Amino acid sequence: MTVTFRTLAGASLVVALMGTASAQTTITVATVNNGDMIRMQRLTPEFNALHPDIKVNWVTLEENVLRQRVTTDIASRGGQYDVLTIGNYEVPIWAKQGWLMPLENLGADYDQADLLPQVAQGLTVDGKLHAVPFYAESSMLMYRTDLLEKAGLKMPENPDWDFIAEAAQKMTDKGAGIYGICLRGKAGWGENMAFLTSMNNSMGGRWFDMEWKPQFNAPEWKKTLDTYLNLMKEYGPPGASSNGFNENLALFQTGKCGMWIDATVAASFISDPKESQVADKVGFAPAPVRKGGSNHGNWLWSWNLAIPATTSKAEAAKTFVAWATSPAYTKLVAEKDGIANVPPGTRTSLYKNPDYLKVAPFAEMTLTAIESADTQKPSDLEVPYTGGQFVAIPEFQAIGTSVGQQFSAALAGKATADQALAAAQALTTREMTRAGYPKK
Amino acid sequence: MAREASKGHKAVVTALAWGVALLIFFPILWTFLTSFKTEGEAINSHPSFLFFDWTLENYETVNQRSDYLAHFWNSVVISLGSTVLGLVIAVPAAWSMAFVPGKRTKDLLMWMLSTKMLPAVGVLVPIYLLARDAGLLDTKTGLVIVLTMVNLPIIVWMLYTYFREIPGEILEAARMDGATLSSEILYVLTPMAVPGIASTLLLNVILAWNESFWTLNLTAATAAPLTAFIASYSSPEGLFYAKLSAASTMAIAPIMILGWFSQKQLVRGLTFGAVK
Repeated sequence: MTVTFRTLAGASLVVALMGTASAQTTITVATVNNGDMIRMQRLTPEFNALHPDIKVNWVTLEENVLRQRVTTDIASRGGQYDVLTIGNYEVPIWAKQGWLMPLENLGADYDQADLLPQVAQGLTVDGKLHAVPFYAESSMLMYRTDLLEKAGLKMPENPDWDFIAEAAQKMTDKGAGIYGICLRGKAGWGENMAFLTSMNNSMGGRWFDMEWKPQFNAPEWKKTLDTYLNLMKEYGPPGASSNGFNENLALFQTGKCGMWIDATVAASFISDPKESQVADKVGFAPAPVRKGGSNHGNWLWSWNLAIPATTSKAEAAKTFVAWATSPAYTKLVAEKDGIANVPPGTRTSLYKNPDYLKVAPFAEMTLTAIESADTQKPSDLEVPYTGGQFVAIPEFQAIGTSVGQQFSAALAGKATADQALAAAQALTTREMTRAGYPKK
Repeated sequence: MAREASKGHKAVVTALAWGVALLIFFPILWTFLTSFKTEGEAINSHPSFLFFDWTLENYETVNQRSDYLAHFWNSVVISLGSTVLGLVIAVPAAWSMAFVPGKRTKDLLMWMLSTKMLPAVGVLVPIYLLARDAGLLDTKTGLVIVLTMVNLPIIVWMLYTYFREIPGEILEAARMDGATLSSEILYVLTPMAVPGIASTLLLNVILAWNESFWTLNLTAATAAPLTAFIASYSSPEGLFYAKLSAASTMAIAPIMILGWFSQKQLVRGLTFGAVK
């Protein structure tokens, strides 16, 4: 009796094990090395506890390497990845190529309506979501409350560029190694051009008119570049033409910057006492506007999870994508690492959660910044494109980086503002003509 | 008097050599030191050279997050595999070019080198498609083949220069004694060219170990070597310099140790043929 029972139990166990072994699906997730993604990777066992039949392989790469790698794979239908981490720049372009699977029916408890509309809008093509946001950011002004007070100034509710110049001048104390303002100077469409495109929006300018003619000869770009160069040359840190997000973050955290205008995600880094020497002296304000204007630049970036149309494991991939961007994931992070570490900027409910608002002093300003970012109508003037700190056309990566090199050179003193603008106008006109714009 | 002057001269040259060597080595040393700092210390604008709180936490984090041994093993297989395969092809090729040159041998050598003049990204898509259709994406075999192709011109060129230093008469004598072609290459030529072959081998293992374009672009999860391991710690949004330094130190340590122990061989091989 016992023997029979044992044999039966043993046999059924073997069958059960065989069953799981053969039913297990392995998915490969490509992602970037940012804090929130590393956390997601670390929480994979929690996903496995819910879905033991899905094994997750991670490929983590530096952003630019990942972009090249994933683009090659998806354009040539290599099928190496089942889940991709891509930006809101890629999503509409790739969706139109038919490279991404539309994401519908993500589960009963997914609560799609809870996604911030500004963020979801940028991921929607033909009325369907083609990627789901993992975290999102806009831009804002971060400043040192102690230095501003010492300068005898008060931060207005909506600072304009004139105020920024005045504050930068008064906060600067080069002898003490304190620079009034730190801004991106490193060339790249996602580096200095993210900032300058957004600043130009706030100045009332645009990249292209409705005929797709480049606008670097317009007065708004001239004003943007002049203001930027003046701020940086007078009150910026030395060697600013090679400063990107990380370099400015390091400068701000070590107390070298009075003000810094950059991605909202920086707020959590500079207010973390473990990393930042100035954690208790930081204030936040909306990104500057032009005098009398109300356009804050419309910077909006989101890192999203998408499923390539080439995958043969769509169901497993969808299960994973839904898990990582669901309200349940937010809850899981809050339980494991504390609510301050929840991926920001994607869900309305997070900003209604009093626990979150209590631990994240920057939460309100982040939400305001994201909500005020209109990527569908980034400039006060009419434009034929979408995108806030970028132009959502495939050619923008190359053009944006080339223009960024001209402006970075101007910052380094190798060219004047006028020369840089003329060069930008010439090269953009050439590239756009070559690419066949205006397109029907 | 003259002797003293030359002594002074020697001291200056020695100091200069040390200076240059330290200058070249400094970034590696700095990476090594940074890997033992906290992230906060790593970005400090007044960095301390040795007097900081040494910590192993970066190594702990890196080991928790990624599978170092798997990446290491992939690097070993790919770099050794491609170099050995390259040598197997290149030894006979260099033999024929050095000892029985034809009318077009020189052109052929130049042509082989010209493939190195094309930026790799120019052939990324065709090679990617070929690898995809052959089922070689994200496999060590695929990378061994591609890296063999990439380094073959250098291997052939190096061996060709070494072989030319060997008097053809010795090979002729072997042939007179009735040696077949394969035994001539295997038992006569190869032993004489051992220093040259060894330094070619070492240099190409190092090149293949450090190759980052193809190893990053043709791999995903299973065949990724240490280059991908490093790339996973670099980030444009977030300061992870200490962790990146720890990952870099772990990735370059094996090849540095190999280089250290074989430096005599390496230098001898590289200067072989330079002295007539």
